[in-house]
Amino acid sequence: MPESPTRYQRILGSPLLWPALALAMLLLVNLVATPTFFNIRMQDGHLYGSLVDIVRNSAPVLLVALGMTLVIATRGIDLSVGAIAAISGSVACTRIAGAGDEAALSTAIMACTLALAVCVALGLWNGFLVSVLGIQPIIATLVLMVAGRGLAMAVTDGQITTVNNAFFSDLASGFVLTLPLAFIVAMVVFAFTAVLTRRTALGMLIEAVGINPEASRLAGVRSRTIVWTVYAFSGLCSGVAGLIIAANTNSVNPNRLGLWIELDAILAVVIGGTSLAGGRFSLTGTLIGALFIATLVRTIPNIGIPSEANYLFKALVVVAVCLLQSPKARRALRRRRRTIPVLAEAGHA
Amino acid sequence: MSAATLPVSASAWDRLRQFSPPSRYVPVLTTLALFIGMFGIGGLRYDGFADPQVLLSLLIDNAFLIVLAVGMTFVILTGGIDLSVGSVVALSTMVAAKTLQLGWDPYLSMVAVLLTGTLLGLLMGLLIHYFDIQPFIATLAGLFLARGITYLISVESISINDPTFTALAYETVDLGGYYLRWTAIVALVVVGIAAYVLARTRFGRTVYAIGGSESSAMLMGLRVAFTKVGVYVISGFCASLGGLMFSLYILSGNPLHAVGTELDAIAAVVIGGTLLTGGRGYVVGSLLGVLVLGIILTLISFDGSLSSYWVRIVIGALLLAFVVAQRFATRRQT
Repeated sequence: MPESPTRYQRILGSPLLWPALALAMLLLVNLVATPTFFNIRMQDGHLYGSLVDIVRNSAPVLLVALGMTLVIATRGIDLSVGAIAAISGSVACTRIAGAGDEAALSTAIMACTLALAVCVALGLWNGFLVSVLGIQPIIATLVLMVAGRGLAMAVTDGQITTVNNAFFSDLASGFVLTLPLAFIVAMVVFAFTAVLTRRTALGMLIEAVGINPEASRLAGVRSRTIVWTVYAFSGLCSGVAGLIIAANTNSVNPNRLGLWIELDAILAVVIGGTSLAGGRFSLTGTLIGALFIATLVRTIPNIGIPSEANYLFKALVVVAVCLLQSPKARRALRRRRRTIPVLAEAGHA
Repeated sequence: MSAATLPVSASAWDRLRQFSPPSRYVPVLTTLALFIGMFGIGGLRYDGFADPQVLLSLLIDNAFLIVLAVGMTFVILTGGIDLSVGSVVALSTMVAAKTLQLGWDPYLSMVAVLLTGTLLGLLMGLLIHYFDIQPFIATLAGLFLARGITYLISVESISINDPTFTALAYETVDLGGYYLRWTAIVALVVVGIAAYVLARTRFGRTVYAIGGSESSAMLMGLRVAFTKVGVYVISGFCASLGGLMFSLYILSGNPLHAVGTELDAIAAVVIGGTLLTGGRGYVVGSLLGVLVLGIILTLISFDGSLSSYWVRIVIGALLLAFVVAQRFATRRQT
C-alpha cells in the first residue's frame, strides 16, 4: 500500500478481527438466550458469574494451546499433550496421596514440581525425536500419545487416585484478588510467553525455523535447539494444565484426564489465526481461541442442546475456520463477491 | 541380484543361504517374525496358548480393527491420515442401535450405517482435495462431527436386541473342531479385496504413486483427484463396516464406544510396515500389525499378573521402534 494504513484500515486488516468478532457473536447469542448472562456479582470476597466461569474453564485449554502455538509455529504439532497432562495429574496426585502429611502446602508444592519436571522431560523426549532423529512431528508425538495413558496408569497403578489437599485444589477452584487462580496462572504463562517471544528475538527465530529450518540453520539459527525448546515448553504447559484439571476434581482418572484436549488446543490455535503450515503465530489469537472454545462449551447447554453435542459445533468451527484460511476457498469466495472489495482485503491480511 | 556370479552348480543350501528377500518386503516380514516370535513365546510360557483356537479368537476379537486398519492403509499410502475412524465406529454402532430401536429392517439399518460412514469419508476427501485442508485437520473435524452426531442421537447407551443382529453375532462357522465368526471372515475378505485393488488395479497403483510424489502423479496424468477423494471414501466405508462389526461384537450403541481406536488403527498400520509418509506398504502388513496388537493383549491376559495398561505402553514402544527403524531405512536411501 502506498500510504500508511489508517487506524480503521489497520483494525479491518487485523488477523484478530474475525476470531474476536466470532467470540463477540457467541457471547451475544448467550446474552439473548439468558439475559442475565453478563451479570457478575461479589460473593465471599470473589467474583461470581458465567463470565468468570468461562475464563476459569478456559485455563487448561489456553495453557496447552500456548505450548501448541509455538510448536505449530515451527511447523510441528504435538499430539501428546493430553497424555502428558494425564501423566502430570497422575504423578502429582500419587505423590500427594502417598506423602506423610497429605494436607501440607509443602507436599502440594513438591508434588507439582515433580510432576512438571516429568512433563518437561517428556517434552524433551518429543523434541529429541523431532529435532535429532528427524521424525515427522505428527508421528513422533503419536508415540507418546499412544503410550502416555498407559504410563499414567502405571503411575497410579490403574486406580482413580483421590487426594485431599486444600492447597492443591485451590489451583483450580481458588481465587486470588477476586479472580480465579487457574486463570491467573494461565495469564502469567501467557504474559511470560508473550514477553519472551515478542520482546526478544526468540519469536522471530521460531518463525524462521517454521518457514525453512534448513535456511535458518544456514543463516546461523540454532534450529535444533529451538525445536527442542518449544517441545519442552509444550510439555511444561500441558503439565500445568494437567495439574489444574486434576485439582478441579481433586482426583485423577488417567484414562479420562485431558482426553481430546490436544484437539481443543489445536482448534484454539487454528481459530486464533496461527497457520498450521508454520512460520507465523499469534499468542493473542490463541487466547481468543481458547476463550472461544470455553464460551462455546458453555453456550451449547445454555441454548438448550445437550452439552455433549458441543463436538458437533467444534467440527463446524474447524471446517469454517479452515475454509476461511484456505487460499482455494478464498479465491472461490472472491470470485463470487467481487463487488464487495472489503472482504477480499480482509482476506489478504 | 548376485545369482549371476554364483557357480552354476550352487547347491540348494547355498541358494537358501544367499537368499535375501526383496527390500520392500522386509518390513512385512519383520512384523510376521515378530508375530510368530510372540506366539512362540506365549506357547512356551503358558498352557493352552499354542492352540489354533487362540489364533482364530485373535481374528474374531480384532475383526473390526482389521477392517479399520485396511481403510487406514489406503489413506496412509497416499501420505494422509484419518483420525475420524474411532468416532465413525461409535456413530455406526449408534445408527445401528437407533434405527433398530425405531423398528427398521435390519438390512436397511446396515445399509444406513454403511452410507453414513461413506458419506462422511466423501465429505472429508472433498475438503482435503478441493480446499487444500490438511488431512489431519479435516479428519479432526470428522472426528468431532461423528462424535457430536452420536451424542445428538442419544447420550445414553442403546442395546441391540434385533434377532438378525444377534443371530449374526453368535453364529459360528465350524472349521473341524475350531470355529470362526462371520465378522472374522468378512474381515479376511476385505483384506483380500484390498490387497487385490492395491496390487492389481489402476486405482491401487495411483494410490502408491500419490504417496510417492503427488505432483509427479499429477504430471503423469494420473487421476489424482479421484484417487485422493477415493481413499477417504474407502476409509469411511471401512470405518462404518468396522463399526457394524463392532456393534455385532458388543451389541449396543454407545457414544463412548471406540474412544482412541484411531490410534490403534494407525499403530497397526505402522507396525505392519507401511511408511507414514506414504508410498510404501501392504495391506497384509496391516493385518499382521493388528494381530501383533491383539497378541500383546492375549499374552498379557494369559499372564494374569500384568495389568492391562501395559498393552498401551508396549504398543507405544513397538510404534517407536518401527518409526525409528523406518526413519533410518529411508535416510539411507536418500
